[in-house]
Amino acid sequence: MIEAQDMPDPKIEIRSLYKAFGDNVVLDGLDLDIPEGRSLVVIGGSGTGKSVLIKCILGLLFADDGSIKVDGEEAIGLRGDTLDRFRLKFGMLFQNAALFDSLSVLDNVAFGLVAGKGMARAQAKEVALDKLAQVELGADVAELYPAELSGGMRKRVGLARAIATEPKILFFDEPTTGLDPIMGDVIDQLIVKCVRELGATALSITHDMSSARRISDRIAMLYDGKIIWEGPTTEIDQCGNPYVEQFISGSEEGPISFLTGA
Amino acid sequence: MVLLQTVGRTFLNFLAAAGRLAIFTTVAVSHCFRPPFYPRLLVRQMIEIGYYSLPVVGLTAIFTGMVLALQSYTGFARFSAESAIPNVVIVSITRELGPVLAGLMVAGRVGAAMAAELGTMRVTEQIDALNTLATNPFKYLVVPRLIAGFAMLPLLVLVADIIGVFGGYLVSVHKLGFNPATYLKNTIDFMEVQDVVSGLVKAAAFGFIITLMGCYHGYHSKGGAQGVGQATTNAVVTASILILCSNYFITELFFAQ
Repeated sequence: MIEAQDMPDPKIEIRSLYKAFGDNVVLDGLDLDIPEGRSLVVIGGSGTGKSVLIKCILGLLFADDGSIKVDGEEAIGLRGDTLDRFRLKFGMLFQNAALFDSLSVLDNVAFGLVAGKGMARAQAKEVALDKLAQVELGADVAELYPAELSGGMRKRVGLARAIATEPKILFFDEPTTGLDPIMGDVIDQLIVKCVRELGATALSITHDMSSARRISDRIAMLYDGKIIWEGPTTEIDQCGNPYVEQFISGSEEGPISFLTGA
Repeated sequence: MVLLQTVGRTFLNFLAAAGRLAIFTTVAVSHCFRPPFYPRLLVRQMIEIGYYSLPVVGLTAIFTGMVLALQSYTGFARFSAESAIPNVVIVSITRELGPVLAGLMVAGRVGAAMAAELGTMRVTEQIDALNTLATNPFKYLVVPRLIAGFAMLPLLVLVADIIGVFGGYLVSVHKLGFNPATYLKNTIDFMEVQDVVSGLVKAAAFGFIITLMGCYHGYHSKGGAQGVGQATTNAVVTASILILCSNYFITELFFAQ
């Protein structure tokens, strides 16, 4: 177990985060620290609010209450240009990659460099080719359009786009969903490699336990709007939490009722 | 009691939707004047709206002009007033039929395409991706479309006016036996600058309405393929209704005594 004194300062501190959609309370006073340079995976069933958590941190959804501090800077309440500048700290791999259909692979990867950082187009394309090489895609893919790519290739292009601006924080939303086990393993290895090379802090959300074990230093479980367990990945099998045990075993028996979705 | 509740809920929903549209419009227009600007995207949208709509608008205009001449002849012949046909054609085309029919055709072609494109981007998280790449979707997606619609519709209507009048000329000269020179002279004599200008002002307003509705419904679409389909339908229907409503008010502004 990583002792408290060995833990780096939190890069992201979340306190009493609250988010509801009408009467449906999704995040109910959530507390979570993500240590600098570590890879934390949030696990939890479908519809438990994992994606909402990431979207609240990025300001894609506005939290109803609570605090999210990134490098000590309060994220809640940021708007307009300040929020755009704040988002430059992050790279994000979306569940279905969310590549821009109208742009080529190369333009997709270079997008953040040109539009976000104001880099010259020619230079950005050179960097983009390097990033594509990092995710083991050749220059022959660069001129293709997203519709021409397989699921695994789309994820790799999405990963290249996420790391193109060399952000210090990377988010991964269900990185292996929809992929076969071998391609899932390839994506996981690329994620670990990219996070390590960048020295980034990573937050991933998944319900794929194999993937969670491969890419994380620490795991947290989200249930009923709160983090009910958080600890090193190596300790999850001995955590003694009945909710976590049921989730990782995939058993129908246990405190989590799948009929209500909670 | 249930009836009152339904009426009240419908009215509140209408107010909420009007408020959302007003906020969307204000934000979108304010971004038109604040950098960064994306000239490449603006040019692309201008080509998409202006150039690629030319065939459909041209065909609509020429057949409208032809039918107008034919129908006018049928009516006017009863009063031996056939010489008024050039007058009817030029006034009808430039004041009303050119801008309204071009607007409705572009609403069907461009408004639907915009709603579908932005709606798909919304449900596939591409708009969220834009945000995470520190790019404002209003500036990147909405502003180029709004400006292109506002700027290109008047040009399209100008072309539609010319083609529509030509359609009337073709039928009048080749089918109804008008003298070509006389027909053209009468057309030019009857043409007034205010008629053309009012049509172009209408076109600019319609261009704004079409692109605004396409962007608004696409941007707020949700619920997968069905939501995108609904957004597309809503964009075309609301744009068409608003075109017809605003047409009356702009007409009143120009021509009411």
